[in-house]
Formats: sequence, C-alpha cells, structure tokens
Amino acid sequence: MSKPKVGFYWCASCGGCEEAVVDLAEAVLQVVEMVDIVFWPCAMDFKREDVEAMADGEMAACFVNGAIRSSEQREMAELCRRKSGLCVAFGSCSHTGGIPGLANLYSLEGLLSVVYDNGVFSNVNPEGTRPQLETSHPEGATDLPALEPLVKSLDQVVPVDYYLPGCPPPVKLIVEAVTAIVEGKLPPRGAVLAPDVALCNECPRVDSKPEESIITDFKRPHEVLIDPETCLLAQGLLCLGPATRCGCDSACINGNMPCTGCLGPISRTRDFGAAALSATASLLDNNNAQEISRLMDHIPDPAGTFYRYSMPHSQVFARAGLDNGNGGS
Amino acid sequence: MSDAPAEPYQPRIVAFFCNWCTYTASDLAGTARMQYAPNVRVVRVMCSGRVDPQFVVTALRQGADGVLIGGCHPGDCHYQEGNYKCLRRFDLLTRMLGQMGIEPQRLRLEWISASEGDRLRDVIDDMVDQLQQLGPLRLPAIPQPDGAEPVGAHP
Repeated sequence: MSKPKVGFYWCASCGGCEEAVVDLAEAVLQVVEMVDIVFWPCAMDFKREDVEAMADGEMAACFVNGAIRSSEQREMAELCRRKSGLCVAFGSCSHTGGIPGLANLYSLEGLLSVVYDNGVFSNVNPEGTRPQLETSHPEGATDLPALEPLVKSLDQVVPVDYYLPGCPPPVKLIVEAVTAIVEGKLPPRGAVLAPDVALCNECPRVDSKPEESIITDFKRPHEVLIDPETCLLAQGLLCLGPATRCGCDSACINGNMPCTGCLGPISRTRDFGAAALSATASLLDNNNAQEISRLMDHIPDPAGTFYRYSMPHSQVFARAGLDNGNGGS
Repeated sequence: MSDAPAEPYQPRIVAFFCNWCTYTASDLAGTARMQYAPNVRVVRVMCSGRVDPQFVVTALRQGADGVLIGGCHPGDCHYQEGNYKCLRRFDLLTRMLGQMGIEPQRLRLEWISASEGDRLRDVIDDMVDQLQQLGPLRLPAIPQPDGAEPVGAHP
C-alpha cells in the first residue's frame, strides 16, 4: 500500500515552523516512515508546477504555516487547499495570525511609508521608490506579488480542517497530529490538535499560583531576578498561562520565562486578547483608580502583549489597520 | 432629494448593569418616568465584576457603537470588591482597544447607586451625545474564505 502524501508550505512566517519540522530529530524518521513528503519548498526541490500537476485532493494533508498578506500567499494557500484532503494550519501565524498579524494595527500605506519614505530604516531611497508589481527590463518583465491591505490567518482565506498551534508547534503535537492523520483517528473537523485546557493545568509551578489579587506591580523579565520555582504571576510577571492552551510541556516556564500565549485560546474562549487581559488585570492588588492607572503604565503595549499572536482573530478586527488613524507611526 | 433635515444618527449602546445598583437605578428612572435617550440595550449582570472584557468586544463586534458598564460606588460592592476588579480590567481594556482604533469615548464605566436614577439618565444622554459626535463604529467584517458569509459586518 502506498503511503499517504503530505506537503508543507510557508506563507508570512519566520521559518521557525520549518525549523520545528527539522526539530523532530529522530521522530522525523517515524514521520517519513508513515508518509511521503511530496511538497516542501523550504527543504526539498519541489515547485509550484509539481503541485499544480497533482490531482485535486491528491495530498492526504498539507501543513501550511504563516499568515496571509500577499497575493502569492493567497494563491498558494488556495492551491494547497485544493490539492489536499486535509488542510492543517501549522503554527501561530497560520492559526491566529501570529506576529505578522500585529501589522493590522497600522494601515498598509503607513507601513510602506515608514519603510520607503522616511528613511527610518538604513536604506537610502531619496526618490521614494516603492516596489512595483511589474518591472520591464531588456530580458523581459518581472513581477512581484501584491500586498493585501490586511494580514489574515489561514482560516480567513481558505477553509481549514485542523489547527496545530504554537510558535512553533511543539514536536510532540506534530508527531501526534501526523499519527492521527495516518491512523484516521482525528477529532471533529475544525479542532485544535492540542489539549483543551489552560497552561496552568500542566504548569510545574501551579501550587504557588495566587488565588486572589496579589500583584502589587507589573514587572518585566529584565527588571527582576526571577525565582525558578514560584508562579510567575505571583512574582508580578505577566504570564498568560491562565488564558493559553497547554500542550507545550511548559517550555517557556521551564526556561524561567513567562508564557506569551503562542498556543492560543482554549475552545471556550471567544477572544484571546480580551480573556488574557481579564485574567491579568483582575490579579492587580489595588483599588485606587489613579494608582491602577499608574500601574497599568507598566504594560506599555497592551495590544501587542495580549494579542501578540492573535490580532487577526480579534473580535475588533482591524479597525486601526483600515482607519489610517495610526499611520504606521 | 427631500428638503427635510437628516435624522440624527442613532448610536446603539449595550449596557451591562449591576443587579444591586445601576440596574435598580434604571428601574427607578423608569418608575419615576424620567425621559432619556432610547439608545441603550441593558443586560443585567449580578456584578460589574462579572463583565468579562470578552463581553465588551463581542458587543462591539455584534453591532454596538459603544458599551456602558454600570456598577456600585467604590466601597459599596455587594460582593466586596467586584467593582474594583471591573475598574482594573476597564482601565487596561480602554488602553488596549485605543491602540486598536476604538475611541475611548465608546467605552464608559460609571458608578451609579440604586437611588441615582437621575444620574443614570444624565450618563446615558451624555454618552449618546458623545457617540453621535463620533459617528458609527464601522468595524470591518471578519474575513471568511470565498463563498462564506463575512461575519459581523457593521452597517
């Protein structure tokens, strides 16, 4: 019997998800024993034409990482969707928009202006030249993909069957997902392939988690010597464990750093940023409006903190990005 | 084209009122037949501390132009300190939504006791006035794959 075919593709991402596949280490042998990899531009020599030549649904599954910002990413997402039986959003960017999704705080024009007009970056561009969709030269014409006005998660562009969360997805979850696909033991369509409880449930420090409001001051990791045994919230650090799905074996906590929420919400959460904000703010031990306001100044970027990986999945989707109000400053 | 003056824009406000104080104040305003703007849809909650920030963003997504939360005065909470919890969340939520393009005037937290029906009237009238100056929220719809209906498009 021939092995099921799978593909990997990347859109707006950093490459860390590809690294996660490499991080499978010996487990990768387990994976290639179960499946044939027929498309993986990052690591193997397959081209778009090879995918186009496949029959629809020929791949058993395609793992797509990265958010969608350009016309090329949209086309490739649609192509991968058409050619695979299961489309799996792989990693935070694909699942909820990820770090690239934070660009939705600004208009596209504002972002382009910062990069190409104002000399903020090191490029010298006195004529304010912008990338052109098409350029002709003696050898012919070259084209570039167009940027879409907003960053989207994969499921905002094509129907997604399953989600592998994380930045990047933990190796254990990847192996479990591939095994489930091969054995046909999948949960209902649309599920996130990770345990459906919050990180605090598996956190080794949960015994010291405060029951009541006890934070007197929010601290950032570089400002304190972090005790490696005690709950990070009890130490005033902004840990998003109470709102974030578990499945990472508390990787950051074990590295003595607070959870930043990369595995995204549990299924009962409607809006990750609002839920994480709620869990954090209510732990503050202060009842004075002026004092509270002063203490909240210690969270300099609430949107970037609580929606770090999920801005495109916010209920208040992209008002800033379309408003031109923020102008990219 | 008609020469009649344009109807003023009517904002929609979703209000979360604490059972023990502000909701009772709205009862009082009603029994006292006070006149105030009809733009508020009231949701009764047992405590302003019950108002999850997710309720606020969901109300905005589903068509509200503003959200009003009414709780007991500081020190008067039926559950000791639910209103303080609300205060802490509200401060941070206003900052976060401000970054995301939601003007701070669209979110309002007021302490209104059971006897302050007149204050409830003034707060609602004032908020409607402010939202009329701001205009509709016009939140973009959450994108969906081709063929699927966009979710939560604001009129």
